[in-house]
Amino acid sequence: MIQVSNLTKRYAGRTAVDDISFTVARGEIVGLLGPNGAGKSTTMRVLAGFMPACSGTVRVAGFDVFHDSEEARRRIGYMPENNPLYPEMRVREYLKFRARLKGLGWKKSRERVTTVMEQCGLTDVGRRVIGQLSKGYKQRVGLADALVHEPDLIILDEPTIGLDPQQIRSVRQLIKSLAGKHTVLISTHILPEAEMMCNRMLIMFDGRVLASDTPENLQRRMAGGSQVIAEIAAPEAALNAAWEETPEVEQFDVAPSDGEFFRCALTPRDGCDLRPAIFALAQRNQWPLRELTRSRHSLEDIYLQVTKPDREELE
Amino acid sequence: MKIFRTLLRRELSAVFLSLTGYVIIAAVTLLTGLSFVVLVQNLGTDPSPVPVTEMFYQTYFFWLIMLLATPVITMRLFALEKASGTFETLMTTQVGDAQVVAAKFLGALIFYLVAWLPLLACLFIVRHFTQQNSALDGGAVGGMFLGIFLTGGLFLSLGCFASSLTRSQVAAAVTSFALGVSLFALGFLAAAIPSATQWQTQVIAYFNLFEQMHDFARGVVDTRTVIFYASATFLFLFLTLRVVESRRWK
Repeated sequence: MIQVSNLTKRYAGRTAVDDISFTVARGEIVGLLGPNGAGKSTTMRVLAGFMPACSGTVRVAGFDVFHDSEEARRRIGYMPENNPLYPEMRVREYLKFRARLKGLGWKKSRERVTTVMEQCGLTDVGRRVIGQLSKGYKQRVGLADALVHEPDLIILDEPTIGLDPQQIRSVRQLIKSLAGKHTVLISTHILPEAEMMCNRMLIMFDGRVLASDTPENLQRRMAGGSQVIAEIAAPEAALNAAWEETPEVEQFDVAPSDGEFFRCALTPRDGCDLRPAIFALAQRNQWPLRELTRSRHSLEDIYLQVTKPDREELE
Repeated sequence: MKIFRTLLRRELSAVFLSLTGYVIIAAVTLLTGLSFVVLVQNLGTDPSPVPVTEMFYQTYFFWLIMLLATPVITMRLFALEKASGTFETLMTTQVGDAQVVAAKFLGALIFYLVAWLPLLACLFIVRHFTQQNSALDGGAVGGMFLGIFLTGGLFLSLGCFASSLTRSQVAAAVTSFALGVSLFALGFLAAAIPSATQWQTQVIAYFNLFEQMHDFARGVVDTRTVIFYASATFLFLFLTLRVVESRRWK
Protein backbone atom coordinates (compact mmCIF):
# COMPACT_ATOMS: atom_id res chain seq x y z
CA MET A 1 0.00 0.00 0.00
CA ILE A 2 2.79 2.39 0.94
CA GLN A 3 6.25 2.17 -0.51
CA VAL A 4 8.72 4.67 0.81
CA SER A 5 12.22 4.48 -0.57
CA ASN A 6 15.14 6.65 0.47
CA LEU A 7 12.90 9.51 1.53
CA THR A 8 14.80 12.58 2.68
CA LYS A 9 13.27 15.88 3.70
CA ARG A 10 15.33 18.89 4.67
CA TYR A 11 14.04 22.16 6.00
CA ALA A 12 16.27 25.18 5.83
CA GLY A 13 19.46 23.92 7.43
CA ARG A 14 17.91 20.97 9.22
CA THR A 15 17.31 17.41 8.08
CA ALA A 16 13.93 16.31 9.38
CA VAL A 17 13.79 12.93 7.66
CA ASP A 18 17.02 11.26 6.71
CA ASP A 19 16.96 8.62 3.98
CA ILE A 20 14.22 6.36 5.30
CA SER A 21 12.66 3.39 3.54
CA PHE A 22 9.74 1.21 4.57
CA THR A 23 6.71 -0.51 3.13
CA VAL A 24 3.26 -1.03 4.51
CA ALA A 25 1.03 -3.82 3.23
CA ARG A 26 -2.69 -3.46 2.54
CA GLY A 27 -4.86 -3.84 5.64
CA GLU A 28 -2.06 -3.32 8.14
CA ILE A 29 -2.29 -0.94 11.07
CA VAL A 30 1.15 0.53 11.47
CA GLY A 31 2.29 2.77 14.27
CA LEU A 32 4.93 5.39 13.68
CA LEU A 33 6.51 5.73 17.07
CA GLY A 34 9.04 8.27 18.18
CA PRO A 35 9.70 11.25 20.40
CA ASN A 36 8.74 14.76 19.36
CA GLY A 37 10.93 16.00 16.54
CA ALA A 38 11.77 12.52 15.30
CA GLY A 39 10.33 13.28 11.86
CA LYS A 40 6.98 11.52 12.18
CA SER A 41 4.83 14.46 11.14
CA THR A 42 7.13 15.36 8.28
CA THR A 43 6.98 11.80 6.96
CA MET A 44 3.20 11.90 7.15
CA ARG A 45 2.97 15.27 5.41
CA VAL A 46 5.03 13.94 2.54
CA LEU A 47 2.90 10.77 2.41
CA ALA A 48 -0.29 12.84 2.35
CA GLY A 49 1.01 14.83 -0.62
CA PHE A 50 1.14 18.16 1.19
CA MET A 51 4.77 18.72 0.40
CA PRO A 52 7.28 16.81 -1.68
CA ALA A 53 10.37 15.02 -0.53
CA CYS A 54 13.80 16.48 -1.20
CA SER A 55 14.85 13.12 -2.56
CA GLY A 56 13.50 9.60 -2.68
CA THR A 57 10.10 8.38 -3.79
CA VAL A 58 6.85 7.73 -2.03
CA ARG A 59 4.16 5.62 -3.65
CA VAL A 60 0.69 5.09 -2.30
CA ALA A 61 -1.37 2.36 -3.93
CA GLY A 62 1.12 2.44 -6.78
CA PHE A 63 0.79 6.18 -7.41
CA ASP A 64 3.67 8.54 -6.81
CA VAL A 65 2.46 11.15 -4.31
CA PHE A 66 4.26 13.91 -6.15
CA HIS A 67 3.83 13.09 -9.84
CA ASP A 68 0.38 11.47 -9.59
CA SER A 69 -0.55 13.60 -6.63
CA GLU A 70 -4.26 13.76 -7.36
CA GLU A 71 -4.68 10.01 -7.83
CA ALA A 72 -2.70 9.34 -4.67
CA ARG A 73 -4.60 11.94 -2.64
CA ARG A 74 -7.90 10.42 -3.74
CA ARG A 75 -6.87 7.26 -1.90
CA ILE A 76 -5.64 8.91 1.28
CA GLY A 77 -7.58 10.15 4.30
CA TYR A 78 -5.28 12.41 6.26
CA MET A 79 -5.76 13.94 9.68
CA PRO A 80 -2.90 16.32 10.46
CA GLU A 81 -1.41 17.06 13.84
CA ASN A 82 -3.72 19.01 16.18
CA ASN A 83 -6.67 18.13 13.95
CA PRO A 84 -7.37 21.51 12.33
CA LEU A 85 -11.06 22.23 11.65
CA TYR A 86 -13.16 25.27 10.77
CA PRO A 87 -14.56 26.22 14.19
CA GLU A 88 -17.46 28.26 12.84
CA MET A 89 -18.96 25.45 10.76
CA ARG A 90 -21.49 22.88 11.90
CA VAL A 91 -20.43 19.23 12.06
CA ARG A 92 -22.63 17.96 9.25
CA GLU A 93 -21.99 20.99 7.10
CA TYR A 94 -18.25 20.60 7.54
CA LEU A 95 -18.24 16.90 6.68
CA LYS A 96 -20.36 17.53 3.61
CA PHE A 97 -18.02 20.30 2.52
CA ARG A 98 -15.07 17.98 2.94
CA ALA A 99 -16.81 15.14 1.09
CA ARG A 100 -17.48 17.48 -1.84
CA LEU A 101 -13.86 18.67 -1.87
CA LYS A 102 -12.82 15.06 -2.07
CA GLY A 103 -14.78 14.73 -5.28
CA LEU A 104 -17.90 12.95 -4.02
CA GLY A 105 -21.14 13.70 -5.79
CA TRP A 106 -24.02 15.44 -4.09
CA LYS A 107 -26.03 12.34 -3.29
CA LYS A 108 -23.01 10.19 -2.54
CA SER A 109 -21.60 12.76 -0.15
CA ARG A 110 -24.87 12.89 1.77
CA GLU A 111 -24.88 9.12 2.13
CA ARG A 112 -21.28 8.92 3.18
CA VAL A 113 -21.59 11.75 5.70
CA THR A 114 -24.50 9.97 7.36
CA THR A 115 -22.52 6.72 7.44
CA VAL A 116 -19.34 8.16 8.91
CA MET A 117 -21.29 10.19 11.45
CA GLU A 118 -22.86 6.98 12.69
CA GLN A 119 -19.51 5.21 12.60
CA CYS A 120 -17.83 7.93 14.65
CA GLY A 121 -20.74 8.55 17.02
CA LEU A 122 -21.48 12.05 15.76
CA THR A 123 -25.14 11.64 14.88
CA ASP A 124 -26.29 13.56 17.95
CA VAL A 125 -24.05 16.55 17.38
CA GLY A 126 -24.59 16.97 13.62
CA ARG A 127 -26.08 20.42 14.00
CA ARG A 128 -23.65 21.68 16.64
CA VAL A 129 -20.98 24.26 15.83
CA ILE A 130 -17.55 22.61 15.77
CA GLY A 131 -15.89 25.30 17.90
CA GLN A 132 -18.23 24.50 20.79
CA LEU A 133 -17.63 20.75 20.81
CA SER A 134 -15.45 18.98 23.36
CA LYS A 135 -12.00 17.91 22.25
CA GLY A 136 -13.09 14.27 22.01
CA TYR A 137 -15.88 15.13 19.62
CA LYS A 138 -13.61 17.37 17.57
CA GLN A 139 -11.20 14.48 17.22
CA ARG A 140 -14.04 12.29 15.98
CA VAL A 141 -14.99 14.96 13.46
CA GLY A 142 -11.39 14.83 12.22
CA LEU A 143 -11.55 11.05 11.97
CA ALA A 144 -14.90 11.17 10.20
CA ASP A 145 -13.36 13.61 7.73
CA ALA A 146 -10.46 11.25 7.08
CA LEU A 147 -12.92 8.40 6.44
CA VAL A 148 -15.57 10.19 4.44
CA HIS A 149 -14.33 9.38 0.93
CA GLU A 150 -13.62 5.71 1.78
CA PRO A 151 -9.87 6.00 1.32
CA ASP A 152 -7.65 2.93 1.10
CA LEU A 153 -5.07 4.52 3.33
CA ILE A 154 -5.77 6.51 6.47
CA ILE A 155 -3.00 8.64 7.93
CA LEU A 156 -3.58 9.91 11.45
CA ASP A 157 -1.04 12.19 13.08
CA GLU A 158 -1.28 11.78 16.86
CA PRO A 159 -5.00 11.04 16.96
CA THR A 160 -5.27 10.66 20.72
CA ILE A 161 -3.15 13.55 21.91
CA GLY A 162 -4.79 15.77 24.50
CA LEU A 163 -7.80 13.54 25.11
CA ASP A 164 -8.97 12.22 28.47
CA PRO A 165 -8.68 8.44 29.12
CA GLN A 166 -12.33 7.79 28.26
CA GLN A 167 -12.04 9.61 24.95
CA ILE A 168 -8.73 7.91 24.18
CA ARG A 169 -10.44 4.57 24.60
CA SER A 170 -13.26 5.40 22.26
CA VAL A 171 -10.90 6.79 19.62
CA ARG A 172 -8.72 3.69 19.89
CA GLN A 173 -11.70 1.43 19.47
CA LEU A 174 -12.75 3.38 16.44
CA ILE A 175 -9.30 3.03 14.90
CA LYS A 176 -9.19 -0.68 15.68
CA SER A 177 -12.55 -1.11 13.97
CA LEU A 178 -10.98 0.20 10.75
CA ALA A 179 -8.59 -2.73 10.55
CA GLY A 180 -9.02 -4.97 7.54
CA LYS A 181 -11.03 -2.53 5.44
CA HIS A 182 -8.42 0.20 5.48
CA THR A 183 -4.69 0.49 5.82
CA VAL A 184 -3.92 2.76 8.75
CA LEU A 185 -0.76 4.66 9.60
CA ILE A 186 -0.79 6.27 13.05
CA SER A 187 1.86 8.33 14.71
CA THR A 188 2.22 8.48 18.45
CA HIS A 189 4.84 8.91 21.10
CA ILE A 190 3.05 6.66 23.56
CA LEU A 191 4.34 3.10 23.43
CA PRO A 192 1.38 1.27 25.05
CA GLU A 193 -0.91 2.99 22.62
CA ALA A 194 1.01 1.73 19.62
CA GLU A 195 1.15 -1.73 21.17
CA MET A 196 -2.58 -1.77 21.66
CA MET A 197 -3.61 -0.62 18.21
CA CYS A 198 -0.95 -1.65 15.77
CA ASN A 199 0.11 -4.81 13.97
CA ARG A 200 3.50 -3.32 13.42
CA MET A 201 5.57 -0.49 14.82
CA LEU A 202 8.13 1.67 13.11
CA ILE A 203 10.36 3.37 15.60
CA MET A 204 11.68 6.71 14.41
CA PHE A 205 14.41 8.70 16.02
CA ASP A 206 16.28 11.69 14.71
CA GLY A 207 14.82 11.36 11.21
CA ARG A 208 15.62 7.69 10.79
CA VAL A 209 13.68 4.45 11.17
CA LEU A 210 15.52 2.48 13.83
CA ALA A 211 13.32 -0.59 14.11
CA SER A 212 10.34 -2.07 12.38
CA ASP A 213 8.62 -5.06 13.91
CA THR A 214 5.50 -6.35 15.60
CA PRO A 215 4.95 -5.08 19.15
CA GLU A 216 5.51 -8.63 20.50
CA ASN A 217 8.85 -9.02 18.77
CA LEU A 218 10.05 -5.64 19.89
CA GLN A 219 9.00 -6.42 23.42
CA ARG A 220 10.89 -9.74 23.22
CA ARG A 221 13.98 -8.04 21.92
CA MET A 222 13.80 -5.69 24.84
CA ALA A 223 13.02 -8.38 27.42
CA GLY A 224 16.75 -9.10 27.79
CA GLY A 225 17.10 -6.03 29.91
CA SER A 226 13.83 -6.18 31.79
CA GLN A 227 13.58 -6.69 35.51
CA VAL A 228 11.25 -8.67 37.73
CA ILE A 229 10.20 -7.16 41.04
CA ALA A 230 9.11 -9.54 43.83
CA GLU A 231 8.12 -8.57 47.35
CA ILE A 232 8.53 -11.52 49.66
CA ALA A 233 8.44 -11.86 53.47
CA ALA A 234 11.42 -14.08 54.28
CA PRO A 235 14.78 -13.86 56.06
CA GLU A 236 17.16 -11.72 54.02
CA ALA A 237 19.91 -14.32 54.03
CA ALA A 238 17.54 -17.02 52.78
CA LEU A 239 16.45 -14.79 49.91
CA ASN A 240 20.01 -13.97 48.93
CA ALA A 241 20.88 -17.64 48.98
CA ALA A 242 17.84 -18.58 46.95
CA TRP A 243 18.69 -16.10 44.15
CA GLU A 244 22.28 -17.27 44.17
CA GLU A 245 21.10 -20.78 43.51
CA THR A 246 18.69 -19.92 40.71
CA PRO A 247 20.67 -20.14 37.44
CA GLU A 248 18.23 -17.94 35.47
CA VAL A 249 18.93 -14.93 37.69
CA GLU A 250 21.78 -12.91 36.35
CA GLN A 251 21.70 -10.07 38.85
CA PHE A 252 19.72 -9.41 41.98
CA ASP A 253 19.22 -6.73 44.56
CA VAL A 254 17.43 -7.32 47.86
CA ALA A 255 16.29 -4.27 49.80
CA PRO A 256 14.15 -4.17 52.95
CA SER A 257 10.60 -2.98 52.43
CA ASP A 258 8.08 -2.29 55.22
CA GLY A 259 7.47 -4.97 57.86
CA GLU A 260 8.97 -8.36 57.16
CA PHE A 261 8.93 -7.85 53.43
CA PHE A 262 11.95 -7.50 51.19
CA ARG A 263 11.86 -6.01 47.75
CA CYS A 264 13.89 -8.07 45.27
CA ALA A 265 14.84 -6.64 41.88
CA LEU A 266 15.94 -9.51 39.62
CA THR A 267 17.48 -9.39 36.20
CA PRO A 268 16.85 -12.58 34.21
CA ARG A 269 19.38 -14.27 31.96
CA ASP A 270 18.59 -14.43 28.22
CA GLY A 271 15.23 -12.75 28.51
CA CYS A 272 13.44 -15.70 30.10
CA ASP A 273 10.41 -15.16 32.31
CA LEU A 274 11.35 -15.56 35.99
CA ARG A 275 7.89 -15.18 37.43
CA PRO A 276 6.73 -18.83 37.58
CA ALA A 277 10.02 -19.83 39.19
CA ILE A 278 9.69 -17.13 41.86
CA PHE A 279 6.13 -18.11 42.59
CA ALA A 280 7.14 -21.76 42.92
CA LEU A 281 9.98 -20.80 45.26
CA ALA A 282 7.69 -18.79 47.54
CA GLN A 283 5.17 -21.59 47.59
CA ARG A 284 7.79 -24.22 48.40
CA ASN A 285 9.12 -22.25 51.37
CA GLN A 286 5.69 -20.97 52.37
CA TRP A 287 6.94 -17.37 52.15
CA PRO A 288 4.18 -14.79 51.81
CA LEU A 289 4.43 -13.17 48.34
CA ARG A 290 2.57 -9.89 47.86
CA GLU A 291 3.89 -8.54 44.60
CA LEU A 292 5.30 -10.07 41.47
CA THR A 293 5.72 -7.83 38.42
CA ARG A 294 7.84 -7.61 35.35
CA SER A 295 8.79 -4.03 34.74
CA ARG A 296 7.62 -3.08 31.25
CA HIS A 297 9.96 -1.23 29.03
CA SER A 298 9.45 2.43 28.69
CA LEU A 299 9.83 3.94 25.27
CA GLU A 300 13.02 5.48 26.47
CA ASP A 301 14.54 2.06 27.07
CA ILE A 302 13.61 0.98 23.60
CA TYR A 303 15.18 4.05 22.08
CA LEU A 304 18.29 3.46 24.08
CA GLN A 305 18.33 -0.16 23.03
CA VAL A 306 17.83 0.50 19.34
CA THR A 307 20.24 3.40 19.20
CA LYS A 308 22.96 1.52 21.06
CA PRO A 309 24.68 -0.22 18.11
CA ASP A 310 25.18 3.15 16.46
CA ARG A 311 26.78 4.58 19.52
CA GLU A 312 29.17 1.69 19.75
CA GLU A 313 30.11 2.16 16.14
CA LEU A 314 30.90 5.75 16.89
CA GLU A 315 33.19 4.95 19.76
CA MET B 1 -15.71 22.88 -11.50
CA LYS B 2 -17.76 21.04 -8.88
CA ILE B 3 -14.92 21.44 -6.42
CA PHE B 4 -14.52 25.10 -7.34
CA ARG B 5 -18.19 25.73 -6.59
CA THR B 6 -17.86 24.00 -3.23
CA LEU B 7 -14.82 26.13 -2.39
CA LEU B 8 -16.55 29.33 -3.47
CA ARG B 9 -19.60 28.50 -1.39
CA ARG B 10 -17.41 27.92 1.60
CA GLU B 11 -15.63 31.26 1.05
CA LEU B 12 -18.93 33.11 0.79
CA SER B 13 -20.43 31.46 3.84
CA ALA B 14 -17.27 32.26 5.79
CA VAL B 15 -17.90 35.98 5.30
CA PHE B 16 -21.68 36.17 5.04
CA LEU B 17 -22.43 33.80 7.92
CA SER B 18 -20.00 35.39 10.32
CA LEU B 19 -19.88 38.52 12.41
CA THR B 20 -16.64 39.81 10.85
CA GLY B 21 -18.31 40.01 7.45
CA TYR B 22 -21.03 42.26 8.75
CA VAL B 23 -18.62 44.40 10.73
CA ILE B 24 -16.75 45.10 7.50
CA ILE B 25 -20.01 45.84 5.65
CA ALA B 26 -21.09 48.17 8.48
CA ALA B 27 -17.76 50.02 8.35
CA VAL B 28 -17.95 50.41 4.58
CA THR B 29 -21.53 51.62 4.87
CA LEU B 30 -20.47 54.17 7.47
CA LEU B 31 -17.74 55.51 5.18
CA THR B 32 -20.14 55.56 2.22
CA GLY B 33 -22.56 57.50 4.42
CA LEU B 34 -19.90 60.03 5.40
CA SER B 35 -19.02 60.38 1.76
CA PHE B 36 -22.68 61.03 1.10
CA VAL B 37 -22.77 63.75 3.77
CA VAL B 38 -19.87 65.56 2.09
CA LEU B 39 -21.66 65.22 -1.23
CA VAL B 40 -24.93 66.62 0.07
CA GLN B 41 -23.07 69.56 1.62
CA ASN B 42 -21.44 70.29 -1.72
CA LEU B 43 -24.75 70.05 -3.53
CA GLY B 44 -26.35 72.38 -0.99
CA THR B 45 -23.89 75.23 -1.45
CA ASP B 46 -23.75 75.87 -5.16
CA PRO B 47 -25.02 74.19 -8.30
CA SER B 48 -22.54 71.66 -9.66
CA PRO B 49 -21.89 70.95 -13.32
CA VAL B 50 -20.42 67.47 -12.72
CA PRO B 51 -22.36 64.21 -12.33
CA VAL B 52 -23.06 63.04 -8.78
CA THR B 53 -20.98 59.88 -9.32
CA GLU B 54 -17.96 62.05 -10.06
CA MET B 55 -18.37 63.90 -6.79
CA PHE B 56 -18.35 60.63 -4.88
CA TYR B 57 -14.98 59.43 -5.99
CA GLN B 58 -13.39 62.75 -5.07
CA THR B 59 -14.15 62.40 -1.36
CA TYR B 60 -11.51 61.05 1.01
CA PHE B 61 -13.91 58.45 2.30
CA PHE B 62 -14.27 56.79 -1.07
CA TRP B 63 -10.55 56.06 -1.24
CA LEU B 64 -10.47 55.16 2.42
CA ILE B 65 -12.86 52.32 1.62
CA MET B 66 -10.72 51.24 -1.32
CA LEU B 67 -7.49 51.26 0.63
CA LEU B 68 -8.71 50.05 4.03
CA ALA B 69 -11.50 47.59 3.31
CA THR B 70 -9.61 45.50 0.78
CA PRO B 71 -6.74 44.47 3.11
CA VAL B 72 -9.26 43.65 5.82
CA ILE B 73 -11.33 41.50 3.46
CA THR B 74 -8.34 39.58 2.12
CA MET B 75 -6.17 39.28 5.21
CA ARG B 76 -7.77 36.06 6.45
CA LEU B 77 -7.86 34.25 3.10
CA PHE B 78 -4.59 32.33 3.35
CA ALA B 79 -3.07 33.57 6.60
CA LEU B 80 -5.86 32.22 8.78
CA GLU B 81 -5.86 28.83 7.08
CA LYS B 82 -2.11 28.60 7.47
CA ALA B 83 -2.20 29.64 11.12
CA SER B 84 -4.97 27.22 12.08
CA GLY B 85 -3.55 24.36 10.03
CA THR B 86 -6.62 23.93 7.87
CA PHE B 87 -4.45 24.83 4.89
CA GLU B 88 -2.95 21.37 5.24
CA THR B 89 -6.31 19.57 5.30
CA LEU B 90 -7.47 21.71 2.39
CA MET B 91 -4.47 21.08 0.16
CA THR B 92 -4.47 17.32 0.78
CA THR B 93 -7.91 16.87 -0.80
CA GLN B 94 -8.48 16.76 -4.53
CA VAL B 95 -8.35 20.55 -4.92
CA GLY B 96 -5.88 22.17 -7.27
CA ASP B 97 -3.81 25.15 -6.18
CA ALA B 98 -5.29 27.37 -8.89
CA GLN B 99 -8.82 26.44 -7.84
CA VAL B 100 -8.12 27.52 -4.28
CA VAL B 101 -6.62 30.86 -5.32
CA ALA B 102 -9.45 31.55 -7.79
CA ALA B 103 -12.19 30.63 -5.31
CA LYS B 104 -10.71 32.75 -2.55
CA PHE B 105 -10.26 35.75 -4.84
CA LEU B 106 -13.72 35.47 -6.34
CA GLY B 107 -15.30 35.07 -2.90
CA ALA B 108 -13.54 38.21 -1.69
CA LEU B 109 -14.55 40.10 -4.83
CA ILE B 110 -18.23 39.19 -4.46
CA PHE B 111 -18.19 40.22 -0.82
CA TYR B 112 -16.46 43.48 -1.72
CA LEU B 113 -19.05 44.32 -4.36
CA VAL B 114 -21.90 43.58 -1.95
CA ALA B 115 -20.31 45.94 0.55
CA TRP B 116 -20.46 48.68 -2.09
CA LEU B 117 -24.18 48.33 -2.76
CA PRO B 118 -25.22 51.05 -0.27
CA LEU B 119 -23.58 53.52 -2.66
CA LEU B 120 -26.30 52.73 -5.15
CA ALA B 121 -28.88 53.65 -2.52
CA CYS B 122 -27.15 57.00 -2.02
CA LEU B 123 -27.43 57.74 -5.71
CA PHE B 124 -31.14 56.86 -5.68
CA ILE B 125 -31.68 59.20 -2.73
CA VAL B 126 -30.00 62.03 -4.60
CA ARG B 127 -32.24 61.43 -7.60
CA HIS B 128 -35.35 61.19 -5.48
CA PHE B 129 -34.79 64.51 -3.73
CA THR B 130 -33.32 66.52 -6.59
CA GLN B 131 -35.90 65.06 -8.92
CA GLN B 132 -33.39 65.15 -11.71
CA ASN B 133 -33.02 61.97 -13.70
CA SER B 134 -29.60 63.12 -14.84
CA ALA B 135 -28.34 62.49 -11.31
CA LEU B 136 -28.52 58.79 -12.01
CA ASP B 137 -27.21 58.54 -15.52
CA GLY B 138 -26.93 54.86 -16.45
CA GLY B 139 -23.56 55.26 -18.14
CA ALA B 140 -22.00 57.15 -15.27
CA VAL B 141 -23.27 54.73 -12.63
CA GLY B 142 -22.24 51.74 -14.73
CA GLY B 143 -18.81 53.26 -15.34
CA MET B 144 -18.41 54.03 -11.68
CA PHE B 145 -19.22 50.48 -10.63
CA LEU B 146 -16.93 49.12 -13.32
CA GLY B 147 -14.22 51.34 -11.84
CA ILE B 148 -15.00 50.13 -8.34
CA PHE B 149 -14.93 46.55 -9.60
CA LEU B 150 -11.62 46.89 -11.45
CA THR B 151 -9.79 48.96 -8.83
CA GLY B 152 -11.11 46.73 -6.07
CA GLY B 153 -10.09 43.62 -8.00
CA LEU B 154 -6.55 44.94 -8.22
CA PHE B 155 -6.40 45.81 -4.53
CA LEU B 156 -7.95 42.47 -3.58
CA SER B 157 -5.41 40.59 -5.65
CA LEU B 158 -2.66 42.53 -3.83
CA GLY B 159 -4.32 41.42 -0.60
CA CYS B 160 -4.47 37.78 -1.70
CA PHE B 161 -0.80 37.92 -2.50
CA ALA B 162 0.07 39.49 0.86
CA SER B 163 -2.06 36.95 2.73
CA SER B 164 -0.44 34.01 0.98
CA LEU B 165 2.99 35.18 2.13
CA THR B 166 2.39 34.93 5.85
CA ARG B 167 0.51 33.10 8.55
CA SER B 168 -0.23 36.27 10.50
CA GLN B 169 -3.40 38.11 9.54
CA VAL B 170 -2.05 41.40 10.87
CA ALA B 171 1.10 41.11 8.78
CA ALA B 172 -1.04 40.28 5.75
CA ALA B 173 -3.27 43.32 6.28
CA VAL B 174 -0.34 45.67 6.82
CA THR B 175 1.55 44.35 3.79
CA SER B 176 -1.43 44.67 1.47
CA PHE B 177 -2.24 48.13 2.84
CA ALA B 178 1.34 49.22 2.19
CA LEU B 179 1.25 47.77 -1.33
CA GLY B 180 -2.11 49.41 -2.03
CA VAL B 181 -1.07 52.84 -0.75
CA SER B 182 2.20 52.68 -2.71
CA LEU B 183 0.31 51.87 -5.87
CA PHE B 184 -2.14 54.65 -5.22
CA ALA B 185 0.63 57.16 -4.45
CA LEU B 186 2.47 56.20 -7.62
CA GLY B 187 -0.16 58.10 -9.60
CA PHE B 188 0.77 61.35 -7.90
CA LEU B 189 4.43 60.86 -8.67
CA ALA B 190 4.14 62.69 -11.96
CA ALA B 191 3.32 65.92 -10.17
CA ALA B 192 6.23 65.40 -7.83
CA ILE B 193 8.80 65.00 -10.61
CA PRO B 194 8.83 68.28 -12.46
CA SER B 195 11.49 67.29 -14.97
CA ALA B 196 9.79 64.10 -16.09
CA THR B 197 10.19 63.36 -19.74
CA GLN B 198 7.37 62.54 -22.06
CA TRP B 199 7.53 58.75 -21.76
CA GLN B 200 7.97 58.87 -18.00
CA THR B 201 4.80 60.89 -17.55
CA GLN B 202 3.00 58.53 -19.86
CA VAL B 203 4.05 55.42 -17.94
CA ILE B 204 3.17 57.00 -14.61
CA ALA B 205 -0.19 58.07 -15.99
CA TYR B 206 -1.14 54.42 -16.39
CA PHE B 207 -0.71 54.00 -12.67
CA ASN B 208 -2.78 57.06 -11.81
CA LEU B 209 -5.70 55.26 -10.20
CA PHE B 210 -7.25 58.54 -9.13
CA GLU B 211 -7.44 59.97 -12.65
CA GLN B 212 -8.66 56.66 -14.05
CA MET B 213 -11.45 56.60 -11.52
CA HIS B 214 -12.30 60.11 -12.71
CA ASP B 215 -12.90 58.72 -16.20
CA PHE B 216 -14.94 55.80 -14.92
CA ALA B 217 -17.09 58.08 -12.76
CA ARG B 218 -17.91 60.20 -15.83
CA GLY B 219 -18.88 57.06 -17.65
CA VAL B 220 -15.80 57.04 -19.85
CA VAL B 221 -14.41 53.54 -20.25
CA ASP B 222 -10.98 53.36 -21.83
CA THR B 223 -10.08 49.86 -23.01
CA ARG B 224 -6.43 50.46 -22.20
CA THR B 225 -7.31 51.15 -18.58
CA VAL B 226 -9.49 48.06 -18.38
CA ILE B 227 -6.67 45.94 -19.76
CA PHE B 228 -4.21 47.55 -17.37
CA TYR B 229 -6.37 46.69 -14.35
CA ALA B 230 -7.20 43.19 -15.53
CA SER B 231 -3.60 42.31 -16.31
CA ALA B 232 -2.27 43.78 -13.04
CA THR B 233 -4.91 41.77 -11.14
CA PHE B 234 -3.94 38.60 -12.97
CA LEU B 235 -0.28 39.29 -12.32
CA PHE B 236 -0.83 39.39 -8.57
CA LEU B 237 -3.13 36.35 -8.65
CA PHE B 238 -0.45 34.52 -10.57
CA LEU B 239 2.13 35.53 -7.96
CA THR B 240 -0.25 34.28 -5.26
CA LEU B 241 -0.53 30.96 -7.07
CA ARG B 242 3.24 30.70 -7.22
CA VAL B 243 3.48 31.32 -3.48
CA VAL B 244 0.83 28.67 -2.78
CA GLU B 245 2.73 26.26 -5.02
CA SER B 246 6.04 27.19 -3.41
CA ARG B 247 5.56 24.60 -0.64
CA ARG B 248 6.32 22.06 -3.38
CA TRP B 249 9.78 23.37 -4.13
CA LYS B 250 10.73 25.26 -0.99
